[in-house]
Amino acid sequence: MDWITIISTTIKAAVGVETVLYAIGAIGLNVHFGYTGLLNFGQAAFMGVAGYGLAVTVTVMGLPFWVGIFVGLVAAVILAILLGIPTLKLRADYLAIVTIAAAEIVRLIFRSVQFKSVFGGSDGQRGFSDGFYALNPYPEGEYGFNLGPVPLLFGHRTMWVLTVGWILIALFSFVVYLLMKSPWGRVLKAIREDEDAVRSLGKSVFSYKMQALVLGGVIGCFGGFIYGLGYASVQPDVFGTETTFYMYTMLILGGAARVLGPVLGSMIFWVLLVLFYNVMTEAVGAGLITFLDTNQVGAMRWILVGLGLILLLIFRPQGILGDKREIAIDARR
Amino acid sequence: MHDAETTATTGGGIADRKAAALNAFKDLARDPGVPKPDPILVVDNVVRRFGGLTAVEVNHVEVQRGSITALIGPNGAGKTTFFNQLTGFDTADSGTWTFNGRPMNGVPAHKVARAGMVRTFQLTKALSRLTVLENMRLGAQQQKGENFWRALIPSFWRDQEEEITQRAEELLVRFKLDAKRDDFAGSLSGGQRKLLEMARALMVGPELVMLDEPMAGVNPALTQSLLGHVKDLREQGMTVLFVEHDMDMVRDISDWVIVMAQGAVIAEGPPSTIMSDERVIDAYLGAHHDAPLSESELEAQLQEAEAALEAEIHETEGTTPAPGSAPEPETAEERQK
Repeated sequence: MDWITIISTTIKAAVGVETVLYAIGAIGLNVHFGYTGLLNFGQAAFMGVAGYGLAVTVTVMGLPFWVGIFVGLVAAVILAILLGIPTLKLRADYLAIVTIAAAEIVRLIFRSVQFKSVFGGSDGQRGFSDGFYALNPYPEGEYGFNLGPVPLLFGHRTMWVLTVGWILIALFSFVVYLLMKSPWGRVLKAIREDEDAVRSLGKSVFSYKMQALVLGGVIGCFGGFIYGLGYASVQPDVFGTETTFYMYTMLILGGAARVLGPVLGSMIFWVLLVLFYNVMTEAVGAGLITFLDTNQVGAMRWILVGLGLILLLIFRPQGILGDKREIAIDARR
Repeated sequence: MHDAETTATTGGGIADRKAAALNAFKDLARDPGVPKPDPILVVDNVVRRFGGLTAVEVNHVEVQRGSITALIGPNGAGKTTFFNQLTGFDTADSGTWTFNGRPMNGVPAHKVARAGMVRTFQLTKALSRLTVLENMRLGAQQQKGENFWRALIPSFWRDQEEEITQRAEELLVRFKLDAKRDDFAGSLSGGQRKLLEMARALMVGPELVMLDEPMAGVNPALTQSLLGHVKDLREQGMTVLFVEHDMDMVRDISDWVIVMAQGAVIAEGPPSTIMSDERVIDAYLGAHHDAPLSESELEAQLQEAEAALEAEIHETEGTTPAPGSAPEPETAEERQK
């Protein structure tokens, strides 16, 4: 078995493009679910409208890269407001139903034959990332270092995406940290606990929930940008419901309502996934595992990750960074 | 115990406020909707229907400023629904009401609170996963740091936050919750949560405090302390309107009692005499309960009672009840409560 490759890809997964884009999406989801208690099951749609906003602006309309980013941001804000107006005055579960349906509507519009000329159908759009890579300060080549015999190297394009991505993660984490320490964040957390109590203390619950929905959506939409730029393409099915569910998994794994919970959760999630995949692929190749073939390994890793997460939730339900006392209070209510 | 304490600290003020409140009520008629000398809250023709059921139908009622007014009535009288209408937590089908002369119908709950009319809930709404101190801070109004953009720069709101914290801590000391300031509110006992909810409502700086069953689920040891705090509110110039079932408490602290039954206000009066009012007895026990019985009815009732008595004697002499059977009626009764 090629342990060098396994270790190298696993460590790289801890900081890779997937980790970055899911962590950004999960930071947004943390604002929604972790702090405000909004059950948003349509986070993938925020990433989708951003990715497509950028892609369509640049490829179809021929406008510059920065205009594309602006269009994507505006699209995310509009989506948040459209989702929020009818649902935020209702009970929490309605938001869940409406967001999951809206996310599917968005995805199906992107892949529809009707709009193929705009969104590119199920193939999606490509060729919109040149403006981004034109800003790349890294000259062509490989970057990174060798950890003993293990090479940890990224190409100059990936390096640029990762640099921007991790700066964004740091920025958003800092913003969330500042906000959640402030009286504004206190109102959000109070809404999570009991809306009526917050109303009785003179705060407009609707307004705060809308602000939280927009903030989390705007943060999450940067995950869509990173996806589009990192893979130099967008496809509709990437922004399906399972993307949202992975982000929920990461959030709970890392610890909801913790500033670094979603980031840590995303790193662990991808490290485990890549580790399982590589170990099993190598083991099957070396004939150590005989009851699987290489095609089945892909599915098997999801089963093992799922099992791992179940065990984690049983033995550490508050997540890795969570506070055990909070879970105890929850159970007693 | 608490009384002695407050008397010691506020001196003669206590007697004045109570006397002033009682004086205002002295010559009032006992009719529903009687006008008060200085009403803070005036309600006219509030109606709330749920389908075919009319939950609230109040023609006219006034609440005297600076008094403790109790709102009582049998189960299902519409007291809590009425509370919800007034505080904007539910929309009335029709009617108008004014708070300090300002019309309040159709005003959303958070604006009602901002206007100075703050309520608590029958089932306490402590914000469980916030600390006691954070619960308190949340109650403060006009916080600069509750604006999104200003929240990002702590220097905008830090000074105000310190003031709020100081005010919160003073209140916590008064409510004997200062030892719990850094605990999660979810870890408090039922009575402590009631105290916290009341203290938190005071952070808003209300003129009218509306307490929905402040004694429900509070252990007897804390009852006295809670009563003291309610009286304190009046001493500090606030008006209190509360819903309560416990008649002892109503008698002890209220200056005036409004009785509701089947959605309407049926009687008003001072607490000492209200329970002997015919209309109130009828509402609680049903009309005609004391109508004279005919000779044959009396006879039949007497026989029935004797038979029941005999059966009971036989039972206690004959069989010892099974261990599980005895406590059953007690728990059933408790459940009904």
